Amino acid sequence: MRWLVGLAAAVFAAACWANDVGEIKNVRGSVHVERDGKRVAAAPGMGVRQSDVVVTGADGSAGITFQDNSLLSVGPGSELAIEHYSFDSTTHAGRFDASLKKGTLGVVSGRIVKQSPEAMRVRTPTSIMGVRGTEFFVKVAEPGK
Amino acid sequence: MGALVVIVAVVAAAYFLAPGPASDLVVVVPSADGHVGAVVVERDGKRTVVDQAYVASRGDDTVKMSEADVGKLFAEVRSSIPARPAVFQLYFIAGSDELTEESKGELTRMLEELKRRSAPDILVIGHTDTVGGLTENDRLSLARAERVRESFVAQGIPVERIHAAGRGKREPVVPTADNVDEPRNRRVEINVR
Repeated sequence: MRWLVGLAAAVFAAACWANDVGEIKNVRGSVHVERDGKRVAAAPGMGVRQSDVVVTGADGSAGITFQDNSLLSVGPGSELAIEHYSFDSTTHAGRFDASLKKGTLGVVSGRIVKQSPEAMRVRTPTSIMGVRGTEFFVKVAEPGK
Repeated sequence: MGALVVIVAVVAAAYFLAPGPASDLVVVVPSADGHVGAVVVERDGKRTVVDQAYVASRGDDTVKMSEADVGKLFAEVRSSIPARPAVFQLYFIAGSDELTEESKGELTRMLEELKRRSAPDILVIGHTDTVGGLTENDRLSLARAERVRESFVAQGIPVERIHAAGRGKREPVVPTADNVDEPRNRRVEINVR
């Protein structure tokens, strides 16, 4: 019986692990992750999955490292959706689609872009950015100002 | 005349620092090694390539910003970018799973790097030389990476903090023709993140 419980736990752990596409490395102020309609407070070491939305408060910011070494950060008052993430650690083939609804975003591209330029795309309310390499920042315009 | 120059300069600075017209801004910056990449920005079906340091695209405009203005506009987000992965290379004594003397030192530096980071994880990537087929080398490189992972686990690093990957013969450090026995390509790369 104990053996069975152990096996179930191992399978469950493996399933969770397989779903994580990145990990939160730093958090300042109030930051949470929206997943399956629930809000979870973000903390360093927490896994990030496809379809997660990272939301920061007026005092919040956070940094995320992805499987392919893409590094993303969000500034205060931001909302970032991880719309699609796939990465093959052997061939480095993959696709990364993120959407910044509001706020600011910093990007250091990783192995997905090195293997296939423009396989990473960042969408904002007015633009679509195809990433050919390395570092850039994005700021979404504040409506009504 | 002087007044006009001042007004133009003030308007230019205000354009980027103040909340402006409702259009998103993208600015490319040099990476840690000084390299400047590129972003293709698409708006209303129009494509603009931004590929110079501190050049920003906003709406229909492409404008050079100062480094200081970019720093002000993106202060928090810039300081929140996670630390760049630290890279270490491990080599094995031919025909064994024992590390070379040099690699033992590299391993010590890796463990020190682990202590410096908050919530660190380790990516272990196996590589082979170009002797043999693609599939065979994919398998061999992953086996090497998994062996290194097991040795880290034996040293007390939690297994869930270590990922193993095999790159096969796709990424030699010393470029060679196919089927060349090159010891420097038989290695395991560690990324501490």
